[in-house]
This record gives sequence, structure tokens and C-alpha cells, in this order.
Amino acid sequence: MRAAVSIEQVTKRFGSVQALDGVSLQIGEGEFFGLLGPNGAGKTTLISCLAGLARPDSGQVSVMGFDVQNDYREARRQLGVVPQELVFDPFFTVRETLRIQSGYFGIRRNDDWIDEILENLDLTAKADTNMRRLSGGMKRRVLVAQALVHKPSVIVLDEPTAGVDVELRQGLWQFVQRLNDEGHTVILTTHYLEEAEALCGRIAMLKQGRVVALDSTRNLLDRFSVHKLGLRVEAADKLPEAITRRGSLSEGYLNFMLGSMNEVEPLLTAVRESGCPIRDMRLSTTDLEDVFIEVMNGQDVEREAR
Amino acid sequence: MSGFRTLLYKEVLRFWKVAIQTIAAPVVTALLYLLIFAHVLEGRVEINNVRYTAFLVPGLIMMSVLQNAFANSSSSLIGAKMTGSIIFVLLPPISYGEFFLAYVGAAVLRGAMVGLGLLAVTVWFAPLQFVAPWWILVFLLIGGGIMGALGMIAGIWADKFDQLSAFQNFLIMPLTMLSGVFYSIHSLPPFWQKISHLNPFFYLIDGLRYGFFGVSDVSPFLSLAVSTAFLLMVSVVILLLLRKGYKLRY
Ligand SMILES: Nc1ncnc2c1ncn2[C@@H]1O[C@H](COP(=O)(O)OP(=O)(O)OP(=O)(O)O)[C@@H](O)[C@H]1O
Ligand SMILES: [Mg+2]
Repeated sequence: MRAAVSIEQVTKRFGSVQALDGVSLQIGEGEFFGLLGPNGAGKTTLISCLAGLARPDSGQVSVMGFDVQNDYREARRQLGVVPQELVFDPFFTVRETLRIQSGYFGIRRNDDWIDEILENLDLTAKADTNMRRLSGGMKRRVLVAQALVHKPSVIVLDEPTAGVDVELRQGLWQFVQRLNDEGHTVILTTHYLEEAEALCGRIAMLKQGRVVALDSTRNLLDRFSVHKLGLRVEAADKLPEAITRRGSLSEGYLNFMLGSMNEVEPLLTAVRESGCPIRDMRLSTTDLEDVFIEVMNGQDVEREAR
Repeated sequence: MSGFRTLLYKEVLRFWKVAIQTIAAPVVTALLYLLIFAHVLEGRVEINNVRYTAFLVPGLIMMSVLQNAFANSSSSLIGAKMTGSIIFVLLPPISYGEFFLAYVGAAVLRGAMVGLGLLAVTVWFAPLQFVAPWWILVFLLIGGGIMGALGMIAGIWADKFDQLSAFQNFLIMPLTMLSGVFYSIHSLPPFWQKISHLNPFFYLIDGLRYGFFGVSDVSPFLSLAVSTAFLLMVSVVILLLLRKGYKLRY
């Protein structure tokens, strides 16, 4: 797998804030990569370094093998960025905006592709509307469209779904997924962790400018795999202490955290043998949110060397 | 160079869409100056054997060109910086040289449109000659270029609109007003004449007057040399700032 994006030992400081503290990441061609982290973790700063909007204090960044400083023309041609801030140029209509953006990348007649993007982002009806007259969610869609006019190899989406309605979110993900299937590398930051879990093959978690977790989504979930088993039992007070000690009572349920499914059967047997019938039972598994919280609370789970 | 072409096109479209405000309005303002000053002073003042109304026209044209070229690049840049839409021109593969040429190009074009627009109106009010039309064109373009570049510097440097207007009110306006728009510097005491010779805008206006009347305070070649040198100087400054990414890339 060739590296679509290579980030090596990147640091960036703003006054007293170390926004990036030696970040290294290799993102392969065709990956759907998630960049997660709490507010202020450095996600946008890292993306800015990738896009040449910010200059790292030290370290190297390249896109599709092109250094973002020395080979900036090629690097930028390969990159499409949807910025986090909702920005727009109030002088133009949606179509003008997209035509102009194409022109910046040296593409003169781009209307077929522009129409396709508009269609996919449900903007066709607004094509000739001035940017000022669009709703916030629509402006964000235009930002997505602008990032795609030049069919970049690497698409970076910095919280693209903030303020976007459910229907479009679905549509947007379908479209981005399609682009990913066609070979475009996608890098996504989001605070909607279900989105990241569903879409990203691999995830890096950033905290205070450092990568604190980096692995495939599957591995991350497995690593923190705990199964939460909740039991509502009749006459719970009759349960032997050996059992109650292992769980905690909340809302009438006795909750057990189990390392693996293998522990479920013996536990159920023990409960039944103590003569307390089970009235209700619920079992849930870890989601990315649990992993995220674990990681942010201090556990370093980076697999690759930093 | 197609990134440059599009950026130039966008910058031109930006002012052209509001041409009433960006071209017609300054023409009307300058015309009012002309009518009022002419009404008050015509017949009483004659400079270098040129009637005052006619003498005034080149000065007013140059002043309008300078102000509008400056306004164009500075307001475009500070506006884009403040709304954040500057990102759209920072992400594409546009070199800083192209960036410079596009913004200055649009500023020169707006300046020239205002200047020629004003000329088209004033020929009906003032007895003008066009002794050396090439000089007219050359000085209009250089003037627009200087102010387009200065406007870029101001627009990139300023973080707020009031900083921009400070730049405009305390530097640009005095220099233009004191450059001989309304008078010949020969009418000044010797000390102020010397001071005026240090003002680069003086040479632009004087050179432009030469284009119209064939007479001027200093030789048009001297004016050309000084203005070109000044143009090069401000261009080098803004190019260095752009290359560094000053206030644009952090
Ligand atoms: N231009 C800047 N000047 C000064 N400090 C900055 C600048 N940009 C970012 N920072 C600081 O750097 C740190 C990282 O910010 P960054 O925007 O990268 O976070 P983020 O992970 O994108 O957060 P969020 O999820 O809120 O978007 C923060 O402490 C922020 O205050
Ligand atoms: Mg951010």
C-alpha cells in the first residue's frame, strides 16, 4: 500500500500551546481514515499542515509522495479539503463558486462533474442561488462540493456533518463512500463517533497534539472489548455475596462487566443455582465512544511505533 | 497560469458585479469635485497657460485611479481574510507570483475603468487636449499598479477595517492630496516644493499632466523613472510578504 499521506514528526506551537507534539502518521492509498480527538486536540492544525495553510515548526508532510512545501503545486492538486469553519464568498452563486474553484486548479470546462457533485449533494435546485441566501447546512454542502471539483486523490473532511440534517448526512456518506470505493483516500474528523465507527477502517486518536491511539477500528473495539451484562432478578437480596460483589446495582439491574462472552454462561448458571429467577436481561458491547473515553482517560494504545 | 487567469477573472467579477458602487460612484464623486472647483476658480486661476478646469482633470483622474486601485485589492483581501474565504485561494496550486499579478491586475483594471470613465465624462466640461496619449496610458497603469500593490500590503497587514482606514486616511489620502492634484507645486514656497518632490504620487500626477498638455513641472522621463522605481519597490515588498505567507499562512 502506497502512502497517500505521510506525516513525520510534525510539531507546531502557538505561543504557549503545543498544538502538535511530534505527530507521525502514514495513511495508505484508498484508506478511509478517522482522525478523532477532543476539542483542541490538534486535528484542524494537522489538517492545516497537510494543506499548506500552516507551516509545521519541524517535521515532514507529503501528499501522494509530494512534499507540501517544496512540491506544493502537485501536493495541493492531489488534496481536497473541506474546512471546519463555515466560510463562503458572498459575491457568487453556487455554480459560479464551483466554476471558479475549478479554474484555480486549472480545470476550465468542468460542468459535467460539477452537475454530478451538485446532484449528489442535493444542491441542483440551488445551483444559481447566491451563496448568501443558502442555509447553514447548504453552505456546508457547497464547501464539500468545492473540495471535490478537482477530483482530488485525497479528500479531507474536517467535521463535515456539523449542522447537516440527517437525510443529507446519509447522502453525503453514500457519496463519500462511493468516492472511497473508486480509490480516493478519505480522511475524516468528526465528533459523531458512530459515524467514525461505521465508516473508518482505521482510526487515530489525538490528545493534546499527540497520537494516543492508532489502529484499525476493529482492533480498537476489540482491545477494549467489554460486554456489559445487565440482569433483573427476582429476590436479588437472596443472591450470594460472591455474585453481587462482581456487579453493581443500578436502576434495578445488576450490571456485570465481562471481559469476554465466555464468562456469560457460568455467571447465568450461578445466578440460577442460587434460586433467583431472571426476569430481564440486557447485553451490550463496546462502541467507539467507550474506547474513546478509555483512551482519553490515559491509556496509550498505539500499535505502530511513534 | 490558469490559476492566475481564474483568480484575475474572479477579482474583476467581484467589482464588476457592483459596478455602480465601484466604478460609477467614484466617477460621480470626482465629477462633483471638478464642477465645484471649476465654478469657484475658473477664470481666476490659470496654470502653465492651462485653464484651471482643464488643469484639474488629470489630477482628479489620477486621484480616482489611485484610490480605487487601492480600495480594490485592500478591501478584497481584508474581506476574504475576515470571512475566512481566503482559504479558497490558499488551498489551490496558485503561486505567490500569480497571486500578486491577479490582485494587482484587477486593481489596475478597476483604476483604469474609473479613470477612463471619468475622462469620458469630463471631456464635456473641460477643454482637454491629448498631446501624448501614450504617456497618459502609461501613468494610469503605473499608478494603478503601485496602489494595487500597496492595497495588497495594507489588506494583508490589517486585521480590522479600522486599521485599513487608518492606512488610507493617514498615509494614502495626505500623499495624494499633497501631490498637486489641485495645484501646481510651482505655486508653493521653495521648501514645500522640495518636500513635494519626495512624494512619489507627485510624479504620477505630473507625468499624467504631461500626457494631456505637453507641459509639466518636471520631465515626464523623470516621472516615469521615479514611478517605476516606486512600483518595483512596493512590488518587491508585497512579493516578499506573500512568499513568507505573512498573515496568510501561519
Ligand atoms: N491560529 C491559531 N493561533 C493560536 N492558537 C491556535 C491556532 N489554531 C489552533 N490553536 C490552538 O491549537 C490547539 C489545537 O487546535 P485545533 O484547532 O487543531 O484543535 P481541533 O482538534 O481541531 O479541535 P476541534 O475539535 O475543536 O475542532 C488549540 O489549543 C487551539 O487553541
Ligand atoms: Mg478542528
